[in-house]
Amino acid sequence: MLEIDNLTHVYGPGSPNEHHAIDGLKLSVAAGELLCVVGPSGCGKSTLLRSIAGLIKPTGGEIRVDGKLVRQTPDNLAVVFQDYSRSLFPWMSVADNVALPLRRRGMDKRQRREAAQEALESVGLAEAGRKYPFQLSGGMQQRVAIARALAYRPSLMLMDEPFGSVDAQTREDLEDLVLKVRGHHRMTIVLITHDIDESVYVGDRVVVLSKAPAHVVGDLKVDLPAPRDQITTREHPDFVRLRGEVGRLVRGVDAPAATA
Amino acid sequence: MTAETTPARAGQPNQGRPSPSRARRGKLLRHAVGVAAFLLVWELAARAGLLPWLPAASASLARVAELAFDPAFAGDLLSTLTAAAAGLPLAVLVAVPIGLLLGTVPAVEETTRAIVEFLRPIPSVALIPLALFFFQPEINAKVALIVYAASWPILINTLYGVRDVDPVATETLRSFGFGSAAVIWRVSLPSAAPFIYTGIRLAASITLILAISVEYFVGGSGGIGAFLIQASTGIGADAMLDVIATLVWAGLVGLAVNVLLLRAERRLFRWRHA
Repeated sequence: MLEIDNLTHVYGPGSPNEHHAIDGLKLSVAAGELLCVVGPSGCGKSTLLRSIAGLIKPTGGEIRVDGKLVRQTPDNLAVVFQDYSRSLFPWMSVADNVALPLRRRGMDKRQRREAAQEALESVGLAEAGRKYPFQLSGGMQQRVAIARALAYRPSLMLMDEPFGSVDAQTREDLEDLVLKVRGHHRMTIVLITHDIDESVYVGDRVVVLSKAPAHVVGDLKVDLPAPRDQITTREHPDFVRLRGEVGRLVRGVDAPAATA
Repeated sequence: MTAETTPARAGQPNQGRPSPSRARRGKLLRHAVGVAAFLLVWELAARAGLLPWLPAASASLARVAELAFDPAFAGDLLSTLTAAAAGLPLAVLVAVPIGLLLGTVPAVEETTRAIVEFLRPIPSVALIPLALFFFQPEINAKVALIVYAASWPILINTLYGVRDVDPVATETLRSFGFGSAAVIWRVSLPSAAPFIYTGIRLAASITLILAISVEYFVGGSGGIGAFLIQASTGIGADAMLDVIATLVWAGLVGLAVNVLLLRAERRLFRWRHA
């Protein structure tokens, strides 16, 4: 579904503040997979996401979505940004925010309104359409951003630290929301996070990036029983083992020698 | 960006703060007290003969009321307002597209910066002779100059408003596959709208200044500027009364326009102050 080959990106090449963000990154994501990408802060996770979305042109390597080389934003892709307060348009009602991207789908006004309402219902905000973003809490605003992505019916949804700006309780609710909606909509999700527990809880697979310049240092399959549950899943021995493994990979330390 | 926020907003605790309507009434009352005190000082100063040329406040205000029913003055006022009202939308049509262009294409902005920085500080009033030379009849010169002068604040505010657009908002729309034109139309413009509006509000007062200045310069062709010239060439206390009453009218019109635009601003951009 998504193929990344030898991706390299250097910001301001040749300038005094040249920054080598990504170096020779290889990654392949299967259709329908929920991949979490973790890595230390500032490691180039967002650069990776922006390259996939066609928002920046990487200095080297190739990205293919559904076999097609990414030159500009792919048609079947939606992004959920961390900063919902900046990515929702404050001058538009919630329903209009969700409906706006559907203009790209050639839908008429009535179809757009219905699709927006349906998406809002699926994130539990059936009543919020007429409100404005500033009238909603942070967690609700991020639900709106997720609804906007869902309404667009992408085959690939990119999420850039989508729960980084909400409180812990809301965060758990939103994690479960993502797990729920991916069951209803068949799509591939790439979720970027710096939260190790979250990556294991939400992901089918966790890819760990190194410090900048980023490359893949670990690729783990998460085989936890479904449906996942905030309490029992996190108690599961495999969860505990995986979060340890991911944590060590993120920090770049070896596993402790087995003590008998 | 607007200076007109109540001081109570500046992070004070909510407790003990009067309700908005009470605070508003209190504010209006203080405004009224200020105006009354000013008029009283004026009246007393005039009656005491401190400023021998100054007509009393009561006589001046009476003249203000009289002027409203004076067909000659009403016609002049109408002609000034018509020119201002014609110039403002034209200035918006000229300045907003240019501001958008300069704000979104840095190369164009850099190429034109020197000329903009040269033209901007030239007082528009100093361009009256030039405008009269190029545009005839005089009404055209008046409107042309109003458009020119009123365009500056709109242009500059549009330029900065567009530059200030949040890159996350722009990227969001781009990530859904929208092109540059859609980004400008659907994100840059609405996001810059409050800035542009403030520019328009500043421009509105400039239209009055320019209209009255051109009228005053040209004389005999109508407008309250022309009325002012005629009044000031008259003799005696009546002439001064007319001059002062005209000034009061100019002030009242400016105040009314600004209050209306501020009200509309609060309505239009409620999303911004949340």
